[in-house]
Amino acid sequence: MSNSTSKPRRTPQGRRDSRRHTPKVDTKGIYQRAIRDSFVKLDPRVQVRNPVMFVVWIGTIITALLTINPYLFGNVPGENLRFFNGLITVILFFTLVFANFAEAVAEGRGKAQADALRSTKSDTIAKKLSPDGKIQEVSSTTLRRGDIVKVIAGDIIPADGEVISGVASVDESAITGESAPVLKEPGSDIASSVTGGTKIISDELTIRVTADPGKGFIDRMIALVEGAERSKTPNEIALTVLLAVLTQVFLIVVATLPPVANYVKNPVSVAILIALLVALIPTTIGGLLSAIGIAGMDRVAQFNVVATSGRAVEACGDVNTLVLDKTGTITLGNRLAEEFIPVNGHSLEDVAGVALAASVFDETPEGKSIVRLAERLGAEVDFDRTQAEGIEFSAKTRMSGTDLPDGREIRKGAVDAIKGFVRSRGGKLAADLDQAYERVSRLGGTPLAVCQNGDIYGVIYLKDIIKPGIRERFEQLRRMGVRTVMLTGDNRITASVIAQEAGVDDFIAEATPEDKIAVIQREQAEGKLVAMTGDGTNDAPALAQANVGLAMNSGTQAAKEAANMVDLDSDPTKLIDLVTIGKQLLITRGALTTFSVANDIAKYFAILPVIFAAAGLQTLNVMGLVSTQSAVLSALIYNALIIPALIPLALRGVKFRPLTANQLLQRNILLYGLGGVVAPFIAIKVIDVLISAVGLV
Amino acid sequence: MWQGFLQIALTLIIVIIITPFLGSYIARVFLGKKTFLDPIITPAEQFIYNLSGIRHKEDMTGWQYTRAILYSNLFMGIFVYLILMLQGVLPLNITNLSAPSWDLALHTTISFLTNTDQQHYSGETTLSYLSQTVCLGFLMFTSAATGLAVGIAFIRGLTGRTLGNFFVDLIKSITRILLPISLVGALLLLILGVPDTLAGPATTTTLEGNIQVIARGPVASFEFIKQLGENGGGFFGINSAHPFENPNPLTNLIETIAMISIPAALIYTYGIFANNTKQAWLLFWMVFAIFILLVGISAIGEYQGNPLVNTLLGGQQPNLEGKEVRFGWVETALWAIVTTGTMCGAVNGMHDSLMPPGGFSTLFNLFLQIIWGGQGTGTAYLFVFLILSVFVTGLMVGRTPEFLGRKIEKREIVLASVILLIHPILVLIPSAITLAFPDALAGISNPGFHGISQVVYEYASATANNGSGFEGLGDNTLWWNLSASVSLLGGRYIPIIALLLLADNMKNKQPVPETTGTLRTDTVLFTSVTAGVILILGVLTFFPILALGPIAEGFQLAKGI
Repeated sequence: MSNSTSKPRRTPQGRRDSRRHTPKVDTKGIYQRAIRDSFVKLDPRVQVRNPVMFVVWIGTIITALLTINPYLFGNVPGENLRFFNGLITVILFFTLVFANFAEAVAEGRGKAQADALRSTKSDTIAKKLSPDGKIQEVSSTTLRRGDIVKVIAGDIIPADGEVISGVASVDESAITGESAPVLKEPGSDIASSVTGGTKIISDELTIRVTADPGKGFIDRMIALVEGAERSKTPNEIALTVLLAVLTQVFLIVVATLPPVANYVKNPVSVAILIALLVALIPTTIGGLLSAIGIAGMDRVAQFNVVATSGRAVEACGDVNTLVLDKTGTITLGNRLAEEFIPVNGHSLEDVAGVALAASVFDETPEGKSIVRLAERLGAEVDFDRTQAEGIEFSAKTRMSGTDLPDGREIRKGAVDAIKGFVRSRGGKLAADLDQAYERVSRLGGTPLAVCQNGDIYGVIYLKDIIKPGIRERFEQLRRMGVRTVMLTGDNRITASVIAQEAGVDDFIAEATPEDKIAVIQREQAEGKLVAMTGDGTNDAPALAQANVGLAMNSGTQAAKEAANMVDLDSDPTKLIDLVTIGKQLLITRGALTTFSVANDIAKYFAILPVIFAAAGLQTLNVMGLVSTQSAVLSALIYNALIIPALIPLALRGVKFRPLTANQLLQRNILLYGLGGVVAPFIAIKVIDVLISAVGLV
Repeated sequence: MWQGFLQIALTLIIVIIITPFLGSYIARVFLGKKTFLDPIITPAEQFIYNLSGIRHKEDMTGWQYTRAILYSNLFMGIFVYLILMLQGVLPLNITNLSAPSWDLALHTTISFLTNTDQQHYSGETTLSYLSQTVCLGFLMFTSAATGLAVGIAFIRGLTGRTLGNFFVDLIKSITRILLPISLVGALLLLILGVPDTLAGPATTTTLEGNIQVIARGPVASFEFIKQLGENGGGFFGINSAHPFENPNPLTNLIETIAMISIPAALIYTYGIFANNTKQAWLLFWMVFAIFILLVGISAIGEYQGNPLVNTLLGGQQPNLEGKEVRFGWVETALWAIVTTGTMCGAVNGMHDSLMPPGGFSTLFNLFLQIIWGGQGTGTAYLFVFLILSVFVTGLMVGRTPEFLGRKIEKREIVLASVILLIHPILVLIPSAITLAFPDALAGISNPGFHGISQVVYEYASATANNGSGFEGLGDNTLWWNLSASVSLLGGRYIPIIALLLLADNMKNKQPVPETTGTLRTDTVLFTSVTAGVILILGVLTFFPILALGPIAEGFQLAKGI
């Protein structure tokens, strides 16, 4: 697990250079491609998917016809009509192009990323192992699930798979951007899965293929970043409905206007009616809506997390409860042995000796630290290693150890697990064991008991270090209304000490994988949305159950498939950042919707008084716009230009602050609500002055 | 002038005092809690249940509730239409009136069935006592009760309860709310001089020796439910301006309060259902603030009078055209805003004669439909606006918007949009058609901007189920009767279907627990935001019409043309 303390803390607002991209993306061509795409997207089959912009599209066609023949729909007074209608057509056309450009830019990064990924996916020759043991060279595209392949140093791994034999280092930079090679070996839950497209750089591996061609991890990633499978998220759909309804309302308003206007002998031309309609319908948010969604996904991707759907990203903002593993998320991954506490009348040397014997086969960082501490205290291995047998840790027994050649059984593990072992071997429990256990627990450490057959020797104090800054993160989460639950295999006292120090809201001590799913179900039953991280195969059900499941890339294939997000850096702390990204996405959408609707007031005040001047509404021309034509054009030019002006905001997202909901609402309503009312008054006036000055109208 | 505003203040203080009492009484009735009327009413209700064969009082789903409303209303409509068409041969026809034309009868039936009471006729010269009391009086109770039932069912769904049983709600609305209050109210009116008789018109000899026939009838009993139930259909053609409907300032006060009391109280009722009276009061004050603004605008407009007349008079005089002098400018202005706000539709002066600010305010009320709003439905619309506000602005706190812990998603937005969309469709489209053929269809008495107000008012009043008329229209024609009927039916039943389905939908949602990350809707901040959203959505939709109608007329008058 990566250690995030040495790097600058990554938040969505973190320094740009502190974020790594997956993989290195060539961003040079993005804008050229986007400009090209914004014209390609003018295709009505594309436009019809966005009801607001489709109305603009139809309006552009009609004004174009009116440019050719201004008297298409009957006689209209006024001069220079062709020029005026032509200007309206051009502005409407650019409104469409700008909206397309926003979407194309947002898609651009994803497409560039997909291209980079695709280049790693070139057809390779795989060494397929036949059942009779012969090696057969085949194309990687012919590999099927269950095939066995052999890879040696320098090969590209042909498909996703599970290592069944061999130990080798693999360069996974193609997908993670991390250049340091990763050790792969069979058996272990985490290190045994390999990804197609990555490169083996030493030794050799035998791999069982776990994905059919086209369904591997990289294929899925390409589809995701490219947005090929992008479906609208629930909130986006609801918002699209509302925008479509507002568009229909304004369609009715504008369509019913001519008889009313004619009745008071103040006829309005079709071109101006179309201009009014386009100004009123929510083109700003309509044009930027899909860009906001794509950019949100992209922010997640820039953060080295692959989300399987936009729905998952959106759900992040709604999360009520984070279920976090203590180890790696709240505390630094590795606990280190700090002290041996002898009990039952044994000496410190005895404890060190037994602890060493119990840990010689333990390859975990904890085990190694016990060995180091014991050796520092002068303990030595007093038996033949090759004759001894290592007993692996399991979640069920919660202990590990060594069976010595002379029949001694040495064990270390959770204190009550060891107590059970001792009882089963007919031993007695020491009175001072519980004192030592409590002392370590109160320090927030993990007590491990060591025993030899039925005799308890002492307690190992494993020290846990809480990640710096994590307390503040939880503080922020609490303000945003997100509850944190810590899961740990530690005993209750240790867990409560760590929980308090880290500032989590709740904890589950002595947790089993089943507890994980139970706590998720319990929270969900209360209507809460739950997010969690996990990497092991036994986390898979919980990852699937959670509303947001973030799997570590270092984790097993099962975990990655069950989760709806995969973190390529394997840093569980990122779950907290994802909550922020999800919220930011929703806030951006809401802010621009509010802004867009609030703009209409100014647009009404710009257009209505001048077109109904004959009806004596000139008094309402509060902006003092020069003429009918300049007023209509100014409102339309504002309407078109506001889209590219807001593209950076749509792509970057509104700045998020960890505030309570009410503080956020207050801030954003002032900025985007009130701002949306005021800004266009000023902007339209300025545009009016400018276009009158250059003599456009 | 200040005396005038004091009258307004006094009326509204009484309303504010009544609200929590009436609101909690209504809540107790529909929550099935004990009330002081139980000993008398429970046996009476049991009798009705036995008689009508309502044995199953199970809660209904949104669709069941909707179907129950549609079928029962259809049945009542057919019944009333037949009686109107047969009134010539039926009893209690003292003045020997013949049946009205088929389209007028249809319009009248639909109009009373939808709690609108738009009248294209004068009651005293068109309808027999039987038609007035048995048909229209009956519909006044049932249509008001239907609205109340919808409002309560909506509140139930919103607060996570099952919607209830329509027939039980309908009967309870009548037996426990409308009937007892109407009894007391009618008695009060009777004491204050409103007649109530089945005798024919009185005939007297005037001082000049002419014979005068004075229409009368069972007025007091008709009058109070007309006000309380937001019906508004007058016994007499000139409605509450008639001295037999509304003889003096005291009856005027009672009738004004009767209009506003239930819609105002229902907001408080919501507070009890949602266990959040703080929010109820906030919403109450929000509506109150907009209401006061509109009252102020129209009262000042009336007080300042008509500039053209003022020039002739050589000084500023209140506008008294189309008003009863016993009420004066202030009580007429207040009444006009109350009656258009609450969708009552009774009038004590002619809205056609209001100054442009009054015309603006009354139209504004009909467009928004929530400045108190119609019986039951108005309160429901208020929450639809709240849901829309939550949806638009709620995103800005970084969560999927939720109201009372329930997520607002596509289906909710679709249903809320129906309500947002149906109003402009049913008001603007027929208005545009009518104005496109002014000579053939409109029958407008005033050309120009005022003519626009007249036409739009008619359809807005029909769609909002208000029923008051700007008047000045020759509206008893085939076109007006049929086109207004479409607006009446669409404006009533389409929103009711949407509201009930929306309520059902909200009820079925798993509520999300509230945290500091949840947008609280019971704050001053959010209530102000809601007011902004309501005004923007309302104004944006109808701004061109308001601009070309009353606003243009106001500018024109100000210029002295």
